[in-house]
Amino acid sequence: MKNFFLAFTLIFSVLLSSACVDKGGTNNNGSTGDGAGDIKVGVYGDTTGATSSFGLSTKNGIQLAFDEINAAGGVNGRKLQMIFEDDQGTPEKAKTVISKLISQDKVVAVLGEVASSNSLAAAPVAQEAKIPMITPSSTNPKVTEVGDYISRVCFIDPFQGSVMAKFAANTLKAKTAAILGDNSSDYSKGLTQFFEQEFTKLGGTVITKQTYAQKDQDFKAQLTQMRDQKPDVIYVPGYYGEVGIIARQARELGMNQPLLGGDGWDSPELWKLGGAALKPAYISNHYSADNPAPEIQNFVKAYQAKFNTAPDSLAALAYDSAKVLADAIKRAGGTDSAKLKDAINQTKNFAGVTGTITLDASRNAVKSAVVLELNPAASKFDFKETIYPEGMTAPTTTPNTNAMTNTMSNANAMTNIIGNHGRGQ
Amino acid sequence: MDTFVQQLINGLTIGSIYALIALGYTMVYGILRLINFAHGDIYMVGAYAGFLLATQVFNSEPSIFAFVIVLLGSMLIAAIIGMAIERFAYRPVRKYSRMTTLITAIGMSLFIEYLFVFIFSGTPRSFPQLIPNDNYTIFGNATISTSQLLIFVVSILLMIALQYIIFYTKTGKAMRAVSFNLNSAKLMGINTNFVIAFTFALGSALAAAGGVLTAQYNPKIEPLMGIITGLKAFVAAVLGGIGNIPGAVLGGLLIGAAETLVVGYGSNIGIPSTYRDAVAFAILILVLLIRPAGLLGSNVQEKV
Repeated sequence: MKNFFLAFTLIFSVLLSSACVDKGGTNNNGSTGDGAGDIKVGVYGDTTGATSSFGLSTKNGIQLAFDEINAAGGVNGRKLQMIFEDDQGTPEKAKTVISKLISQDKVVAVLGEVASSNSLAAAPVAQEAKIPMITPSSTNPKVTEVGDYISRVCFIDPFQGSVMAKFAANTLKAKTAAILGDNSSDYSKGLTQFFEQEFTKLGGTVITKQTYAQKDQDFKAQLTQMRDQKPDVIYVPGYYGEVGIIARQARELGMNQPLLGGDGWDSPELWKLGGAALKPAYISNHYSADNPAPEIQNFVKAYQAKFNTAPDSLAALAYDSAKVLADAIKRAGGTDSAKLKDAINQTKNFAGVTGTITLDASRNAVKSAVVLELNPAASKFDFKETIYPEGMTAPTTTPNTNAMTNTMSNANAMTNIIGNHGRGQ
Repeated sequence: MDTFVQQLINGLTIGSIYALIALGYTMVYGILRLINFAHGDIYMVGAYAGFLLATQVFNSEPSIFAFVIVLLGSMLIAAIIGMAIERFAYRPVRKYSRMTTLITAIGMSLFIEYLFVFIFSGTPRSFPQLIPNDNYTIFGNATISTSQLLIFVVSILLMIALQYIIFYTKTGKAMRAVSFNLNSAKLMGINTNFVIAFTFALGSALAAAGGVLTAQYNPKIEPLMGIITGLKAFVAAVLGGIGNIPGAVLGGLLIGAAETLVVGYGSNIGIPSTYRDAVAFAILILVLLIRPAGLLGSNVQEKV
């Protein structure tokens, strides 16, 4: 009996630790794919795992951008070709597939991932192989700290966390908050930290912090604990799969406080999982599909026509990342990786769907964020307000990031402020 | 006090699910001395069977009737799949060493998981609400929802039914005989292959019931949902004394309550809520050190 259990324990530990170690052959000289023919761009994301709506949106957004670019004659006369790999939403797989894209498919650049933990696992591979990687939507500051070949077209968590804290303190007049974070995600841990910092600075108190792990099924234990402390708002910086259930279970326990979250909630699946429990709730996000600005509406229309679904912010960011890459290839005059990297990092005042993109010295985009109110009855996010980084003033006309071009003179000031936030942790 | 009662309700809810799954582990172990690793995945298969029944076949307004049909239907489907797994994967290797069957079971588990990822993709699906969900206040501020009540009531009914089958039917008697000694039972004219298949069917049906009940409580299902839940149910079976039926129920309830209380009160003594899963496995290690046979697993005669 004892021997049997020993043997079983051994087998099981081997099974559990069978994390895929794939170093791949990343010994390429950084100038692959140059010359004639199609330009191969690697894209990786989760299309079959727990966050698969993120990967599908990203893939669609990039596909749409590439199709538009190719229809208009391509980049420097060459067509863009997407090579997609599914990483099932796990950091181990992300590392494996990016190695495959770089060493076997010889892509000139990589776009991905959405979840910060996956981007963090894959980024060192791209950096080592000197292949530029643009993450459309990973917001954890550490991602671009990996090296100069890694950049992003979205804002970072110090800003996103502070946006929700400001909204809670200023608009919702909340004095106390509870946080329920996903302890297995770098994204969630970052947001938890920055929300707490800003909320405390604004005079609020975080009265309790609880955590869960991705794929947990039951959150009532944590929620019951919070219920007694009667927080004004509950901040849940997680991904849509768990958030929907958390909302349901909170309402079942009679907790009717506003739930606050981030861009990780943005998925068509959220409505099915959370239903009517998702009210009142607010999230910070990158753009609002309701924005009447023509460049946004054109994008929304084209996406809707092609994929028969409304684009979420991850699709919009992916679209922007593909356009930024194409623009950089054009400016670099080819796909030589060092020149391409420099061209990407010098991106300035690029007019994207999610706002004007300028990369700062840490290769992060400095942009404003929108706060959206959840409307489960119509299964959509309603625009609530725009929050700008410190030092950046609101434009007078459109209620969105696109009008930001007017304020580009403030870009340096913003960069400093965000940079300080980033270094603060 | 309200909070404690609430946490206890929360804990016993998930504990009941663990207990339902643990019963399958313990029955199969009792009869074949086999840890059926694919059992946690049968729980997932049950949830998906219920999902397909509820959305494709029997798409009606929420009602008790709809729930009962979906529950029984998915139990039946899971029972058939459980028997098929036994017939085609375990029976052919039964004559070899126990390790061979164990490895077959692990392979079977991975096969089911990734077959479902292949068919349904890993996207979480939302399970339709079959019974209108209400909340009842029962003690001060403590509430219980319809889906939680359902979990308690259905698991108690199923456990009574199981007890009846094992102790008051002829097949049950045959199961007990096989668990004593498979070869002697065969010599006494018991159709052991039938008894083993029946045991797999029973265990799988209970796990499927657990899957459908969980999906009512927490309407998110995905192909890998059986891994951690199955492991904890296995821990519950070992904790209660593997092979022992009341032990499996006790073990399930204890693990459920323990992990909920860790989340609820652990932070007071410096254990963050993230350690809820670690607690289940720490309990397993402790039990194996102190009482290797489990809480109720001494030389109990009625091993099944």
